[in-house]
Amino acid sequence: MWNYEKRLQFPVNIKDPNPKLAQIIMSQYGGPDGEMGASMRYLSQRYAMPYGKVAGLLTDIGTEELAHLEIVAAIIHQLTRNLTAEEIEKGGLAPYYTDHTVGIWPQAVGGVPFLLLQNSNPKVTPLRTL
Amino acid sequence: MNPRKQMTPEQRKLLHDISVLDFVVVEMTLFLDTHPDNKEAMDYISQYIRMKNRASHEYALKYEPLTIDEAAYSVQARDWCWNDGPMPWEGGC
Repeated sequence: MWNYEKRLQFPVNIKDPNPKLAQIIMSQYGGPDGEMGASMRYLSQRYAMPYGKVAGLLTDIGTEELAHLEIVAAIIHQLTRNLTAEEIEKGGLAPYYTDHTVGIWPQAVGGVPFLLLQNSNPKVTPLRTL
Repeated sequence: MNPRKQMTPEQRKLLHDISVLDFVVVEMTLFLDTHPDNKEAMDYISQYIRMKNRASHEYALKYEPLTIDEAAYSVQARDWCWNDGPMPWEGGC
């Protein structure tokens, strides 16, 4: 199980919104090498990990990745905060906004939805993440 | 009033200290996962866990709880501020 600690692992205080930048950074949330993929890979691979110590390590790393996921979400949230309709349109956020408003929907920068490509036995699959 | 809306320099400093102490704890945890026999690392992490717990406890007493366990000790507990904003991602910390 997990408990929530009510603070960001690293503070995020963005003053000026920037919808264009938000769309690029979004890949670090739900893109192929984003934090969502990282955390879910670690936390899903641990069950097939035959070495107990490494399964424990995967748990700890996966947990930390969740904290990173929250930092990236905070960046996107603050970059898309208080936008006018015109700023949304001008910043290229209109297609995203149509489906998700300024809620965070995990996707890659090109709009491809979050997809965990492969999760097989970590003993034979390279453990690779950011 | 939500204490995070008017964060004093003292509160900000304590929150920063907690982040620094927790960074050490998280990284030392990963180190010890792969170096379980390192006594020096174990002494080091014990010291930092205690420091972090003390700081987190002080934060709950003075401002608000960062964990549900600390909510029991918070002076704000009577008003139940656990799910009160602004949330961390809104610049709460």
